[in-house]
Amino acid sequence: MKCQRCDRQATFHITDLIDGKPNELHLCEECAQSFLSPAEEETAEVMPAMAGLLAQHLAVGETADDLARLDQRTCPICGISFLEFRKQGRLGCPHDYVYFADELEPLLMNIHDQVHHIGKVPKRCPQGADQQTQLIRMRREMKEAIAKENYELASELRDQIKEINSSSPSSETSEDVSQ
Amino acid sequence: MELDDLAKSCGEWLKGSGPESDIVISSRIRLARNLADFPFISRTTEADRAEIEKILHGRIDELRAAGDVSADTYYINVGELEEVDRQFLVERQLISREHAESEGVRAVVIDHDERYSVMINEEDHLRFQVMQSGLSLDTAWQRIDQLDDMIEEKLTYAFSDKLGYLTACPTNVGTGVRVSVMLHLPALVITRQIEKVFRSLQKINLAVRGLYGEGSTAMGDFYQVSNQITLGQTEEELTKKVADVVPVLIDYERQAREFLVRESHETLHDRVSRAFGILRTAQTISSEETMHLLSSVRMGINLGLIAELEIPTINKLFIHTQPAHLQKLAGGELESTDRNIERATYLRRHLNIDKSSDPTQN
Repeated sequence: MKCQRCDRQATFHITDLIDGKPNELHLCEECAQSFLSPAEEETAEVMPAMAGLLAQHLAVGETADDLARLDQRTCPICGISFLEFRKQGRLGCPHDYVYFADELEPLLMNIHDQVHHIGKVPKRCPQGADQQTQLIRMRREMKEAIAKENYELASELRDQIKEINSSSPSSETSEDVSQ
Repeated sequence: MELDDLAKSCGEWLKGSGPESDIVISSRIRLARNLADFPFISRTTEADRAEIEKILHGRIDELRAAGDVSADTYYINVGELEEVDRQFLVERQLISREHAESEGVRAVVIDHDERYSVMINEEDHLRFQVMQSGLSLDTAWQRIDQLDDMIEEKLTYAFSDKLGYLTACPTNVGTGVRVSVMLHLPALVITRQIEKVFRSLQKINLAVRGLYGEGSTAMGDFYQVSNQITLGQTEEELTKKVADVVPVLIDYERQAREFLVRESHETLHDRVSRAFGILRTAQTISSEETMHLLSSVRMGINLGLIAELEIPTINKLFIHTQPAHLQKLAGGELESTDRNIERATYLRRHLNIDKSSDPTQN
């Protein structure tokens, strides 16, 4: 049997539903694939690309100047600029959520319809964003100290990092204290 | 070597058992977590990544030693693997394509029966997933919640009171949870209702992807339905949202199958029989065509049109005929042309139950 759309051999036999009635189609592999698989733009819609989402969102209500200024902002902890984030769709460190908070909020609202976490809480919480920033900064200082062969400072910093990590109170403990 | 043993088996998610396993292949939940004291992966140095790997590897070893996780787990340095082995782990859904293709120190921990895997240094420092055969999301959530608690006992995750678990991509922030169910929906594809179903899923913020996740096409009529939102709802609510929609999809697929049986039985039976015929006689066959035909055969078994095969056999063929699996089983690298010949040979060997009945062997 020949394919109904070209001259090749029909290897796929498809039943199409038109107004609730079956309509049989006989197609070759290539024609069957284009018939069965959605058009490319439709597939793309399934998961809107981060970059597209961002561009679409951030362009609203921003003048070119504002946008350019915003793009130049750079996180003091990891050094990522907002422009780099917009291009990659990936943030550089936990502190970015604080540093770019105003810019990220509308984006989060767009993706999640919400901006407040109500799910699981880890037992060992870093105490707020400050402590997380402090940890990353201390780790960087420790590396710099090692590079400068200042081993005394490096080991001091290492101990401090260890202490913060091990003293992070579990949420259960803090509840116990408050009771 | 460990991967060669894995290649011969089939893994949890393709076992073909569990609730609704004629249509639901597997249930899977993954969590994204980052250590509080390192930048996210894209801003880490090679030394950072090595240290993150060391910390997380150490933590896994502690859990093994304490008996919290089975000692029977594989720890694999993904960066040191050959390309075919990385591809093998992707086909097996134990690592992501991104993890396979990225650079630098990265690893995966795999449970011996493949019920969970833990990716280290993927897009986030830690991404772990639990897999169950059939529709079993509640069990999957309980297991992963427990695994998360155990890993976290001695680590500090990046977390904010307002935004929850902080992730490299804002699409995962909050719970960091991705709940997904893989479904086999051939009748909805044949009756061209699949697009309509997808559009309605998107309206309720659920994503639909092909067999191998983001950007992959729906080979073999396999589709993964998952949550898109990760913030502002609890893990249980997000799990329930996916769990609630699956029975509806199962019902649609069953109705479409019944319709085909009722309205065009001969065409359907012909389609299934031809697919089976090609698979057991072809001399060279591509991966795509194999998936396409196996899909028809799988539905045919479920509808009682093929009596001599069982679902677990077909599930095994789906995975074993993938390019990397085929090469692992053949014991060496094969070019595309040779792979197609090897694939046809493999299919003939496994589908002609009585060897003497293989019409191509004289």
